Amino acid sequence: MPGPLRRLLVKPELGALVGAVVVFTFFAVQSEVFRSPRGIANWLDPASTLGIMAVAVALLMIGGHFDLSAGVMTGTTALTVGIVATELGQNIWVAIGAALVLALAIGFANGWLVTRTRLPSFIITLGTFLMLQGLNLGLTKLFTGTVTVGEIDEAPGYAAAEWVFASRVQVLGAEVRVAVLWWVLFTALASWVLLRTRFGNWVFATGGDEVAARNVGVPARRTTIALFMTTAAAAWFVGTTLAVRLTSVQANTGIGQELIYIVAAVIGGCLLTGGFGSAVGAALGALIFGMTLLGIPYLRWDADWFYFFLGAMLLLAVLANRLVRRYAEAARR
Amino acid sequence: MTPPPVAPPVGPPLLELRGVGKDYGSVIALDGIDATVRAGEVTCVLGDNGAGKSTLIKVLAGVHAADRGAVLLDGAPVTFGSPREALDAGIATVYQDLAMIPLMSIWRNFFLGAEPTRGWGPLRRFDAARAKEVTRRELAAMGIDIRDPDQPVGTLSGGERQSVAIARAVHFGARVLILDEPTSALGVKQAGVVLRYVAQARDRGVGVVLITHNPHHAHPVGDRFLVLNRGRSLGEFAKTDISREELTRLMAGGAELEALAHELERPGG
Repeated sequence: MPGPLRRLLVKPELGALVGAVVVFTFFAVQSEVFRSPRGIANWLDPASTLGIMAVAVALLMIGGHFDLSAGVMTGTTALTVGIVATELGQNIWVAIGAALVLALAIGFANGWLVTRTRLPSFIITLGTFLMLQGLNLGLTKLFTGTVTVGEIDEAPGYAAAEWVFASRVQVLGAEVRVAVLWWVLFTALASWVLLRTRFGNWVFATGGDEVAARNVGVPARRTTIALFMTTAAAAWFVGTTLAVRLTSVQANTGIGQELIYIVAAVIGGCLLTGGFGSAVGAALGALIFGMTLLGIPYLRWDADWFYFFLGAMLLLAVLANRLVRRYAEAARR
Repeated sequence: MTPPPVAPPVGPPLLELRGVGKDYGSVIALDGIDATVRAGEVTCVLGDNGAGKSTLIKVLAGVHAADRGAVLLDGAPVTFGSPREALDAGIATVYQDLAMIPLMSIWRNFFLGAEPTRGWGPLRRFDAARAKEVTRRELAAMGIDIRDPDQPVGTLSGGERQSVAIARAVHFGARVLILDEPTSALGVKQAGVVLRYVAQARDRGVGVVLITHNPHHAHPVGDRFLVLNRGRSLGEFAKTDISREELTRLMAGGAELEALAHELERPGG
């Protein structure tokens, strides 16, 4: 096989790119709304908040770990913003800052526990997931007496926060949520860090073979902890976006999302065993999710088919990625 | 692969072991080891499985500290608290299972842990163009022919991987290069290729420690030979003092091997 072709095939995001084109074509051909600027803005919205998380989760997976607490952490941060801003009566920026500090602390704790105990991150973060789920409910009830925190828009400083996290911008004649722009920006940033910085090289190495990485002087522990903190920071951003956008937050926000993030990252070409994957791929995985989520109702199909479709995409992606990788690697033997 | 004439020893050797010993709990893994490594020479450490070769590497590479005796670098006693410290002192180790990541490209592996950067502040980035260029140049200088530095290390053969690892250590200024069984998993041809790179490194003035259980690989390339048996030294020999056959005999426990040969002979054969 000639070099350029092989190099294209070993690109982890190739499968997701093909998948995204296929899914887009499938829905766009059958639904006029789907391909209209307004329709596009509509399905970009769920893709964006999921995408911000999927990109961070992809970095973590390339680094060789999972974070099952990532979903519930969006709830934890959203609730923190709400409770500090309303129940404690602080400026919303103080609340957002407090939520960031909390998220980074949780991310650090996850990373520290994983690197210290050498237990699978799956188990450690399953623990934090359940603990946070309980805390979210317990503390919300304690503060508000209900399972909801509301009236966040009455906190001082809300207008500025709304501009940053929840405004709409005109892009090519369509009104797009600002989260979409953040998503594009974070994807570009993550991709640059991964492919063009020393830290990125360490992420690949830590996930590829931690012992070997350590032997040549890669600070594997610090890299792992930084990745968990990055995932937590992404959860903070998405949680804050939810709190500001919806102005009220349910105590069960984010539960179950953690697996969707992993699905998007895997569709994007991340190996479950670490050491391989891409940020752009994860963003494309999220795009496929968004298109499917809204494309199915646009075709007037029952929404129940969505999960069947997502599962089939996941299986297809995993099989395609494995095939491509084998093909590319066998080319020289 | 004729070794250059051994220069008369001038000054202290690069690395010297004096009566080094190491225990794991109550097990004496290594005891009373003397050895010398000089620049531009290959010191071979030979021994059967369990002879203490791995322990010796770990002491030299800074993974473990010696419990007894002294390690001298340029004549001054040193203790390494971590592999990083040994590396900073110019002692590089290429492990049997290699410190390379199969899914990463050759150039990314080559600079792993020591990435060149350009720019500053938040824009400080991995200088990929330079890394690729240096990788290609360094591999060429060692006579290693790699078509594409972008290909994953996992697609290289075992011998090529060893060679890249050796080139990497030499590039990063290793003065002492420790090779852990570099030929053990390789076929005859591949092993020959690797030994050629060992000689290349030697000719560039590196002091090489070659750990092996194969006297046929050690003898042609080695300048001095340290033979280990059950954690103890059977002696350190210069090349002129020992033939390949003697080396083999010594390594295998001499009399034991002869007895085995006798036992395996066909009756009446």
